[in-house]
Amino acid sequence: MTEEPRPYTLVAELTYRCPLRCVYCSNPLDWARHGDALGTDDWLRVFREAEELGVVQLNLTGGEPLLRDDLERLVEGARALDLYTNLITSGVPLTRDRLARLKALGLDNVQVSIQDVTAAGSERISGHRSFERKLEVARWVKGLGMPLTVNVVLHRENLDHVADVIALAESLAADRLELANTQYLGWALTNRRMLLPTREQLDAAREVARQARRRLRGRMEVLFVTPDYYADVPKACMDGWGRRFLVVTPDGLVLPCHAAHTLPGLTFDNARERSLGDIWRESAGFRAFRGEAWMPEPCRSCERRTLDFGGCRCQAYHLTGDASATDPACSLAPTHALIEAARGEAQAPRTEVVYRAAHAADGV
Amino acid sequence: MSEPRAITSESRPIVAPKARLRWDARTSRHLLLYPERGLILNPTAADVIQLCTGEHTVGEIVERLAAKYAQEPRETVEREVLTFLANMADRGLIHERHD
Repeated sequence: MTEEPRPYTLVAELTYRCPLRCVYCSNPLDWARHGDALGTDDWLRVFREAEELGVVQLNLTGGEPLLRDDLERLVEGARALDLYTNLITSGVPLTRDRLARLKALGLDNVQVSIQDVTAAGSERISGHRSFERKLEVARWVKGLGMPLTVNVVLHRENLDHVADVIALAESLAADRLELANTQYLGWALTNRRMLLPTREQLDAAREVARQARRRLRGRMEVLFVTPDYYADVPKACMDGWGRRFLVVTPDGLVLPCHAAHTLPGLTFDNARERSLGDIWRESAGFRAFRGEAWMPEPCRSCERRTLDFGGCRCQAYHLTGDASATDPACSLAPTHALIEAARGEAQAPRTEVVYRAAHAADGV
Repeated sequence: MSEPRAITSESRPIVAPKARLRWDARTSRHLLLYPERGLILNPTAADVIQLCTGEHTVGEIVERLAAKYAQEPRETVEREVLTFLANMADRGLIHERHD
């Protein structure tokens, strides 16, 4: 445990604005209160300071990063630092010309989100008619000779379509398919009754993905992320708090994960006021859950503590009210009954959905 | 998309479009970066990847490596190169050049 924490990945949330209103959006519920305070030069400095700290991977995300009209300059700056740059996008506000420009400036990979395998299913989840558009964007990516990641967030309403999702990704010649089960934080926690699948659904989908992974080996990477609610051991959230990842929000907060600023009592610094290096090494928020000193039992004496780092702090807080509690997803957690009760709801009839707020006025 | 063929000494491997090699000053190693991930390459692996340009056959790559690491038996070098390239191909990080 003497290994020095080193951030390998910077998650740059360029804006929280987005044309989609997905019911499981991981942006904060009060996203509209956070403006795009970081300008072009701020972001370029953030990239430079991140690279100096050891970052080699840059995820340009949001919200919808294409809504920033300085994206070209940001991609160019990232490439000058030799960062591997991944654009994580809905695809909606893109043109083929702009994509070609971004490629020429050094963009390495494009990740397009797809919500379901039909236009109607996609619209129900995203509150936006964009399915055909996304497929077109995915074809542009491959047409320009760029690598394509297709990301599909899985939940009760589309888990039974996983075979069709895989076939769709194959038809698009995707290089990587992320089948990422919903993590129940933010808007997804609000909509959990609608989204949480049954264990049978999940097991069937996992088996389909396993077979596809074997069949497509060397052609398409197939990733299947199990939801914590059915895992019985917590996931190594962010590979451990402040160990491998840096997240910078549109208003400049530097975080160990994209939801860390929803935890009360923690202080996070702003990239406009302090260097990334200082923040990474010294800031109270980053130090709060680094290492093992903060851990309660049963984590503290658990042999898995060096594998899962105590799980997800945000899940602990949002389910138990205590950010330093053992992640309730762990079957050893004293609060694990919360997870078991939620699983019971997965049998409940279809309920109303709450779309991500479109404007500040819709804010929760 | 065609089935990936097994890597043989006649293959001409090329690094996949999704992967990019960069030097990492902190570890003094090459990193092979690809979406969401990266591999820290030891010097021999980095030598091999740098020869995966689509021009050289695996046989030629083995010759180059065997010459550079002359203290190792040629069969050992060949076995290690083939094992490494098969692993890289399974991860989709190298392909055979398609003419």
